[in-house]
Amino acid sequence: MISTPVPDLAPSTTSAPTGSNARPRRSIARGARRVTPGKAVAWTVVGLLVLVSVFPFYWMVRTAFTPAAELIGDSSQLVPSNPTWINFARVLGLTSMEESVAAGGTGATLDFVRYTANTLFYAGSIAIVQTLACAMAAYSFARLRFRGNSALFGLFLSGLLIPGIFTLLPNFALIRSLGWLNTFQGLIAPAILVSPFAIFFLRQFFLSLPREVEEAAAIDGVGVFGRFFRMTLPMSRGPVATMMLITVVGVWKEFMWPLVAANSDGTRVLTVALQRFQAQSPNTSPDWTGLMAASTVTVIPVFILLVLLGRQLVQSLNFSGGK
Amino acid sequence: MSSSTTRERGESSPTEAEGEPRARRPIHHREKWAALVLLVPAMVGFVVFWILPSGRSIWYSLTDFDLLNEPQFIGLDNYRELLGDDVARNSLVVTIQFVVASVVLGTVLALLTAALMQRLRLKTWVRSILLLPWLVPNVAIALIWAWLLDGQLGYLNHLLHAVGLPGVSFYNASQAMPIIIAIGIWSGLGYTALLLYAGMTQVPNEMYEAGAIDGATEKRMFFQITLPLIRPVIALVVVMSAIGSFQVFDLVLIGYGGNPIPAVRTIFFYIYQQSFAFFRMGYGSAIALVLAVILGALTAIQMRAMRANRSDLS
Repeated sequence: MISTPVPDLAPSTTSAPTGSNARPRRSIARGARRVTPGKAVAWTVVGLLVLVSVFPFYWMVRTAFTPAAELIGDSSQLVPSNPTWINFARVLGLTSMEESVAAGGTGATLDFVRYTANTLFYAGSIAIVQTLACAMAAYSFARLRFRGNSALFGLFLSGLLIPGIFTLLPNFALIRSLGWLNTFQGLIAPAILVSPFAIFFLRQFFLSLPREVEEAAAIDGVGVFGRFFRMTLPMSRGPVATMMLITVVGVWKEFMWPLVAANSDGTRVLTVALQRFQAQSPNTSPDWTGLMAASTVTVIPVFILLVLLGRQLVQSLNFSGGK
Repeated sequence: MSSSTTRERGESSPTEAEGEPRARRPIHHREKWAALVLLVPAMVGFVVFWILPSGRSIWYSLTDFDLLNEPQFIGLDNYRELLGDDVARNSLVVTIQFVVASVVLGTVLALLTAALMQRLRLKTWVRSILLLPWLVPNVAIALIWAWLLDGQLGYLNHLLHAVGLPGVSFYNASQAMPIIIAIGIWSGLGYTALLLYAGMTQVPNEMYEAGAIDGATEKRMFFQITLPLIRPVIALVVVMSAIGSFQVFDLVLIGYGGNPIPAVRTIFFYIYQQSFAFFRMGYGSAIALVLAVILGALTAIQMRAMRANRSDLS
């Protein structure tokens, strides 16, 4: 389902000389202080990249604060002349139908609190349970001896190549025949227990842990479960948290499965709610201020995530891609 | 950065370990039961939601299945229909255009961005800003760009007019695909660049120092040192973004308010339409199966062509 993460084949292949790796990074180019023309160009490009990454979101927020009536006259100013909260209020259903229509809306609302809670539950439960189940499996593959270990692992890996749509149709039919459409169990079931990528990623990490500690514990009579839950898992907090974070982002962005499997008030997630809000806006003259206000509220959790965890996220990806 | 770089990698796979003569064998006879217990949750999930559905998908593709009634076996009729289906062929062509352009351009741009990150040693917060578009769901991204490119009021069109260029439109048949490609690249650039950057941090500094002593230019070092050494990461990024972009769906669905013009009607959208709007699950499954086979073949070719499993760094 989650197509974003990238498995990391690098460790098995790019095992760079460990000696040089262990050293802290040092200045690559001498004379880093000197401003050369090349550097000036490079920094300009970086500035442009940052601008291009951020500006569309700025424009979204800016439009959300613009009164619909002033959109035409005001559509090229960087800051709205008369900023207003009305678009947010009507999108969140805090105004009456008449007020909403008067402000350029259709009366369509977006139950932000409920859909955010749904999304948090959807992304959170999958991130936690899936990562734990995959860590257990990954530990078996990395440490335990049993017949068929590598064959089974290879089978899981092959899952990486199966496009989501291939399993989506039959899974939809299955969830439907179970009567689980528009329920949380139906929404989370296909992803809650397994992600081939997570197993791959965590196995790589467990393999990199020194065996000696566990072997000593084994000799002292600590069983497999003791070694996994009380030693390996606590030692792997970083990668496990990384995996959860990548999973949260992936599930947060998920659209097609929640669209077909859980499109009811009780289970709808933010992405589907936003699509539904758009579907209620006329195609010929879209309610842009309302749409941008709705987009803004659905993107707010992402902004919060980036501010709080951006650093960790960037380092996680670094970890997953480079190792 | 990566905490594991300093550790030694335990490369011995479990099967190899099995053959080693070790004194602690008695402790391990319980391991297979423990392994079984630890594997049960993931196995259940994998069998129920990956393996069995793959089988059922193949079966559905041989049936007439409208979700309400039991699937009716119709042999290869779906595939026969697919051969003569111009809409399906058009959506496959459209999708391939999208995939090739996004993967090629996206990877090149991401490589350049990653090289900037590496050579300018960009701070983490700058890199995390570049990650912002990747964090935002495609539904919101499609809406934002549909607004920026709106025919009358879109700000980007306003800017284009201001510098004397003609505006662009989602609904212009020859511009629609390039626009969707650009949006796709824009939203994935930071993520792809970060993965490539991660690969670049593995290149030992000595190589650049040696290059600098030999008087190599930045450009030369990029092509002669960086690129060859991070080939496995590039191969991976190419494969993963190809698989990801084959599944492009929400960008076109939302960007066009549910009704994309033919120039951007992708295969994923077509499968969705057949299966969930026309309730033709059998036909949808047949198209999905063909797509899966194409993807599998492409992946195999790419991995082989890029010799993904070898790097000069080993």
